Amino acid sequence: MNTILRFHDVTLGYERHPAVHHLSGALRAGSLTAVVGPNGAGKSTLLKGMVGLLRPLAGSIRGEGLGRGDIAYLPQQAEIDRTFPISVFDTVQLGHWHKVGPFGAIDGALVEQALAALDAVGLGGFERRQIGSLSAGQFQRVLFARMLLQDARLVLLDEPFTAIDARTTADLLQVVKRWHGEQRTVVAVLHDFDQVRAHFPETLLLAREPVAWGPTGEVLGAGNLLRARRMSEAWDEAAPLCVRGNA
Amino acid sequence: MTVLQALYAVLIAPFVDYDFMARALVATLALAAGCGPVGVLLVLRRMSLVGDAMSHAILPGAALGFLVGGLSLPAMSLGGFVAGLAVALLAGLVTRATEQREDASFASFYLISLALGVLLVSTRGSNVDLLHVLFGTVLAVDDAALILVTTIASVTLLVLALIYRPLVVECFDPGFLRAAGGGGGLTHLVLLVLVVLNLVGGFQALGTLLAVGLMMLPATAARFWVRELWSMALLAFVMAFASGWLGLVVSFHLGLPSGPAIILAAGGFYLMSLVAGARGGLIARYRTGRHRAA
Repeated sequence: MNTILRFHDVTLGYERHPAVHHLSGALRAGSLTAVVGPNGAGKSTLLKGMVGLLRPLAGSIRGEGLGRGDIAYLPQQAEIDRTFPISVFDTVQLGHWHKVGPFGAIDGALVEQALAALDAVGLGGFERRQIGSLSAGQFQRVLFARMLLQDARLVLLDEPFTAIDARTTADLLQVVKRWHGEQRTVVAVLHDFDQVRAHFPETLLLAREPVAWGPTGEVLGAGNLLRARRMSEAWDEAAPLCVRGNA
Repeated sequence: MTVLQALYAVLIAPFVDYDFMARALVATLALAAGCGPVGVLLVLRRMSLVGDAMSHAILPGAALGFLVGGLSLPAMSLGGFVAGLAVALLAGLVTRATEQREDASFASFYLISLALGVLLVSTRGSNVDLLHVLFGTVLAVDDAALILVTTIASVTLLVLALIYRPLVVECFDPGFLRAAGGGGGLTHLVLLVLVVLNLVGGFQALGTLLAVGLMMLPATAARFWVRELWSMALLAFVMAFASGWLGLVVSFHLGLPSGPAIILAAGGFYLMSLVAGARGGLIARYRTGRHRAA
């Protein structure tokens, strides 16, 4: 089994309080994994740790030959200024960043790729529109087009379909399928269990502690879901230091 | 006298007849070229008040330069630049190292700097020369000052061209740059250095407190007319220069101080844009014309 990312007893969190507690395991290269769990379960935190935006409080996350340019990340609440005067086309072109960097030229071939990416997300003809004039669904399509250009080996999506209508979701799921078909590794934080069962072969159920990780059918069994619900999301200001693992 | 001759006499003759007016015009042209685009970027980054904070932060440096070197442009400019840079760096460091947001850290450091500046100024009593530091003397621009402002404008435009792409990304989607490997912090710092440089360039002509006006007012006005970043920067430059020209003309004919006249002209452009601007101006907003089919 080819591994792209290996978690070794990872604890991620804020101000020494764990949000993801003692996660171990390996992310298989080319896998398509859903991360599910209640609010506050540490799903977004886990993705931030995988991108490298958050350093583990303990343990380690190791990429196998994985550089920053190999990861495409769609945050849940992107810090994007939607009123910024920039066109759809220029936004999508940012996906070339790892190839052209801050100064490199964008040649004809890259422009063609960007146009093709816009077509692939159903936004052909939108190039010159300003992003401020787009709906939430259209803007999410733009971000997917940008990720298409990033040509990343590992794609991380944090609640990509929240507040997105059924048709847009279906279209964007096709893009996810395409990535999966191209042997890219995709991890998506999701809340719709039906969607997870229909499209995601593997699932990680997280409730701060990892509850189960494996084939979706097994992970989303009634027993696991009950266990996940029981694990509290309480934040104890005066919690004692954790002695597990690193004692 | 025909209308054309009258217009010439009012708008152009002062600059042809008087050397100091011509110099002042060239100085405002250079200031406009640097301040216009920098102001637009500040507005887009929602840092409009950072310019104001920086203009106050420059004061103690300029005052110190004055106390050491007298009314010497290099001494005051260098002092102002160092003081402004110090505040920008400290505020930036605090923002990155702690939970405190940028507006709060900037406010803290510029207030300390301002108080220090006022203290330094007070040690010289009511010195008329020092008033020039505060309120500027655009009509006394000499060769050295002209070289300084044109150099600053050239450097500003070159640096902006060089860091244009990361700067736009950092303004528009900082998270993307961070996930892609960073570089945003450095870009941000370079922009702050450009802000300080342009304010220092402006203070000889407009004074430390008013220099920021030529940076912000044309930029906020431009947003009411155009949609793209490049056209915004261009329009801000044009309006900044037009403000300089009009302000100088008014100040010449009515015997008013030039700095406030220039900034008030810029303010006039802003108010006009606010009311009549084609993109979200008040008239455009409340006029209900016929809508399109799709």
